[in-house]
Amino acid sequence: MTPRELGAARSIFHLGGHSGDEEVVPARAEISQPPSAIEIAADRIFRRCTLAVAWFTIILVFCVIISIGRQAMPSIRSYGLGFLSGTTWDSNRARFGILPAIVGTLYSSILGLAIGTVFGLAIAIFLSEGFLSSGLDTVLGFLRLSQYSWLNSLPGRTENLLKITIELLAAIPSVVYGLWGIFVVIPFVRPPANWLHAHLGWIPIFGTGLSGPGLLPASIVLAIMVLPTISAISRDALVAVPPKLREAAFGMGATRWEAILAIFVPTAATGIFGAIILGFGRALGETMALAMLAGNANVISWSLFSPANTLAALLANHFPEADQIEVGALMYVALVLLAITLVVNIVGTLILQRADAGLKGLR
Amino acid sequence: MRIVRNVLLPIAIALIGVGLATFGSLAEPRLGSGAPIGAADAITLQGTGATFPAPLYQKWFTEYNKAHPDVQINYQALGSGAGIKQFQKNLVDFAASDAAMTDEEMAAVKDGVVLLPMTAGAIVLAYNLPDGPRELRLSREAYVGIFLGKITQWNDPAILKANPGAKLPETKITVVVRSDGSGTTFVFTSHLSAISDAWKNGPGAGKSVNFPAAVAGKGNPGVTALIKETPGAIGYVEYGYAMQTKMPMATLQNKRGKYVKAGLATGKDALASVQLPVNLRAWITDPTGADAYPIVTYTWLLCYKKYKDPKTAATLKSVIQYGLTQGQSFSVDLGYIPLPANVVDAVSQALKQIS
Repeated sequence: MTPRELGAARSIFHLGGHSGDEEVVPARAEISQPPSAIEIAADRIFRRCTLAVAWFTIILVFCVIISIGRQAMPSIRSYGLGFLSGTTWDSNRARFGILPAIVGTLYSSILGLAIGTVFGLAIAIFLSEGFLSSGLDTVLGFLRLSQYSWLNSLPGRTENLLKITIELLAAIPSVVYGLWGIFVVIPFVRPPANWLHAHLGWIPIFGTGLSGPGLLPASIVLAIMVLPTISAISRDALVAVPPKLREAAFGMGATRWEAILAIFVPTAATGIFGAIILGFGRALGETMALAMLAGNANVISWSLFSPANTLAALLANHFPEADQIEVGALMYVALVLLAITLVVNIVGTLILQRADAGLKGLR
Repeated sequence: MRIVRNVLLPIAIALIGVGLATFGSLAEPRLGSGAPIGAADAITLQGTGATFPAPLYQKWFTEYNKAHPDVQINYQALGSGAGIKQFQKNLVDFAASDAAMTDEEMAAVKDGVVLLPMTAGAIVLAYNLPDGPRELRLSREAYVGIFLGKITQWNDPAILKANPGAKLPETKITVVVRSDGSGTTFVFTSHLSAISDAWKNGPGAGKSVNFPAAVAGKGNPGVTALIKETPGAIGYVEYGYAMQTKMPMATLQNKRGKYVKAGLATGKDALASVQLPVNLRAWITDPTGADAYPIVTYTWLLCYKKYKDPKTAATLKSVIQYGLTQGQSFSVDLGYIPLPANVVDAVSQALKQIS
């Protein structure tokens, strides 16, 4: 199947738009009764409540930003933009700069997100496109067990079990990930990392050896932490691809892989992208595991194996013992972290909207 | 995918808000007042501060509670700095700190401050050298050089000189320090500043300093985990902690040039070389005793001179008296150095200022 034909298959369904999903009107016996005064009042109160709660959330965000901004003000005045480009954090001499932490935050988040996206998307495709059931069917057929009807629900159940298992990853506390990273991930990646450094050390990303904590173990653990977010939402998006589109793709002779890569994934792209943005948000704000694994060293390096620092870890490490001046500087850090997170979310939303508009005809 | 836009984004924003709110509360944890709860004659004392003496204090408070079931003492080990801060804000009945309060800090407390050294401890350099020598000696130049990032290999001549005949590997040294502000860092860097001008004019002394070349772990457990998992690592931890986690500790050169191991006898010798002044505040940055272990510190309880409730004052005094007498017997097992007899007397005298 050529790309052009695939495009045709998609555009057919652009035109065929809404034919499949007319609204189903529920048949109710007492449909003619007008709502009572109590029902109307309850409805109104409920609506007001939800509105109030919704506004409260938005106001809360602004309150947080304002209160942080106010406490950060003295340090914004005294350090200015030099704060963002400085490279030392010396609370002893009240010299504060957070460039290494900004770089470390973005580096570890993007790296973790890249790893997490590859695996998360693979999991989502595996769980949504029936690979498991076809595999199990083959096995059952081979064992001549397919005539037993109770076995028919097995693939679905296994799929569900896998899905829940992956979502459970999200329930593991951050500090447990951190400990696991120290005792398992670091010793595991150290030999290959040092081999790469010894043999390919001229490439900047292998420029240093890995002694203990560093960007790579931190990013690997971060990838596992964002995995459930990415795989769950991507899977939902893939499942939501209209069935008619699937049928059309296969009907036009696309192989399974062609259909998945050229039709289903692009169609679900907005959802998948949303998943990645959410994962990014989580990665940026992740604190404990990174404080334990990144090394908390104010170093800027291209190397995957160099220790690094992140904004969230900097905050967590220095808050409890900070004096007045340092608290101001830390509030400035919080503001920067907040700004980065908001920018990522806003840019993500904008891209999502644009992509959504392009696919409007499909829904 | 309107769901993503309409539902998930607000959730994400709300989560950020909640996360920051948590941080806010982290920055300023509030404790209940020391008001008595439960039965009319039950008394609750609220304390917070240093993590360094926390195991010993917890032991005292549980034992005291066994003997006096009507007295409940809550001690939260949030760190020396947090202890001083909450103490200044009158949020607690007493606080604890490894770095005794400065005159400036004391002036900010209107009820007056009594500093009471309660126990002492050593800070050791724990290391991880697979196939390394059984005893590692570090001269003053060597350990300052390591923490300054000037000595980067274990087979550096400065280290080899003090360990003749020892086989030291050609491994990179990974320096492990505390990432969070801590009294332990204060004591350690004060010592380094006292023995090295390069350190004094470089990173300096403080609860959190700008270490030139180091990876950092959170708290004693964080540092310990990093040292244990990193071949070639060296870092500073409390003696009690290193002892209980069975980490090898370096033998350090003291002021007289002698190599001493951290331990009870060498710690006592270090304490004996310092005479406590009237306000009971002394920094032992470089003890002069012949067998003194070089990095030793007292750790203080901070009490107000005046308490609103005389019962609170009386109970607190009784608890402290217990810690000074019977309490000292738990020190050795937990890796602390019992107070010398003259210090116990001085603290008992100082206790009379509290009312």
